[in-house]
Amino acid sequence: MTWASFLTLLEGTAVTVLLSVTSLLIGIPLGLALAGGRIARIPVVSGLIAAYVSLMRGAPIVTFVLFVFFGIAALGVSIHPQIAALIALSLNTAAFNSEVWRASIVDFPIEQLYAARAIGMTRALAFRRIVLPQIWRTSLPGIVNEMTLLIKGSPAVAVVGVVDLTRAANRIAAYTYEPLPPYVTAMMVYGITVLLLVRAQQKIERFVVKKYGGL
Amino acid sequence: MIKNFLIIADHWSDFAVGLGNTIWICVVAATISVLAGLVGASALVSKNQYVRVPMRLIVDWLRCIPFLLLVYMAYYGLPVIGLYLNSWTAGLLTLTVYNTAYISEILRGAWSHLPPEQEEAGRAVGHHGLLLFIRIIAPQLYAAAGPVIGNQLIILTKDSAFLMIITVPELTFVANSIQTNYYMPFEVYLVTILLYWGICRLIEIGVKHVEAISNRWRLA
Repeated sequence: MTWASFLTLLEGTAVTVLLSVTSLLIGIPLGLALAGGRIARIPVVSGLIAAYVSLMRGAPIVTFVLFVFFGIAALGVSIHPQIAALIALSLNTAAFNSEVWRASIVDFPIEQLYAARAIGMTRALAFRRIVLPQIWRTSLPGIVNEMTLLIKGSPAVAVVGVVDLTRAANRIAAYTYEPLPPYVTAMMVYGITVLLLVRAQQKIERFVVKKYGGL
Repeated sequence: MIKNFLIIADHWSDFAVGLGNTIWICVVAATISVLAGLVGASALVSKNQYVRVPMRLIVDWLRCIPFLLLVYMAYYGLPVIGLYLNSWTAGLLTLTVYNTAYISEILRGAWSHLPPEQEEAGRAVGHHGLLLFIRIIAPQLYAAAGPVIGNQLIILTKDSAFLMIITVPELTFVANSIQTNYYMPFEVYLVTILLYWGICRLIEIGVKHVEAISNRWRLA
């Protein structure tokens, strides 16, 4: 592989990492908000969230990226493909994360919430001090699982012309007629990233079990 | 806006062709990978390390890489070793291989929760070898792993949209070409997403039915 190919791959890696990390930073809290809104049984809003989550979980990420990019452009707003990709990935992962959050919230022992309310905490304070510190631990395995799914879905952004790691590898393969080196490099980068994520999750889980005596 | 939906209605036959292709390729890939996953799972629990270790490496490798990367490798990479696949073959092959890895791992997980007494009881009444596997083990693996396999089939269906990139004329590809002609992305992709959503609902309903049937068996 030449130096230029290496640089292209490096740029692609940067795009993939940046897109994934930013969508996670948006998608994970947004997922929590969606789960909260759905469980709170707000008329209309909860129903809309349920419909949104269901639709999003049934939509291919490729189709959704196209929908966001061309859909926004059709409104007359010119949008950078990378921003469209970011919006699509964030909205997508938010829907999946909201299901993980929701499962943890539903499993949360309601007595603790009653107790918190009984000693005078407001709902918001009880959520911040009592619920959240516990549900993030039960949600962790599910959230990490969604993270790896997001990373593996991120090559979909290629359909609107964003050059991520997979696209970069493909371009180099097309220029050099030697597909093996770039593809193998890209595979290794994905493999190591997913491995690191899973390892980090195991580390955090072990730490949590040690500190709190369970997830 | 309503006018745009009418244009889409005029093109219903194009959508039907795309939808048909998506369903066709997904059903074939799903059927093969659900069956081949049984062989894969057997390899993953094999006592022979020359079978088990390579299979473990292949399955872990496939589960780490994005589907699109595998598609590129098959479509643009294989010609280097003289293997030219058209987009259909490459799409079907990658969709099948990729999901076989996942389903092998799912079935292996179900296998590790299967009480060993089941196999012992099977042997006690005289089953052995392949028949023991087909009659006693495999049905229980599918029953136990049903919902997880259902989830994987939904992922398979959504992954099939990646195949538009190598020009397989599936649903997203058709939607994209209609969109390019009329420039009404919102309506076209909305209809497309709803169609995918419908397929996913059907898979969920199917899994529920299979579950109900297998529960009835278990009670009997």
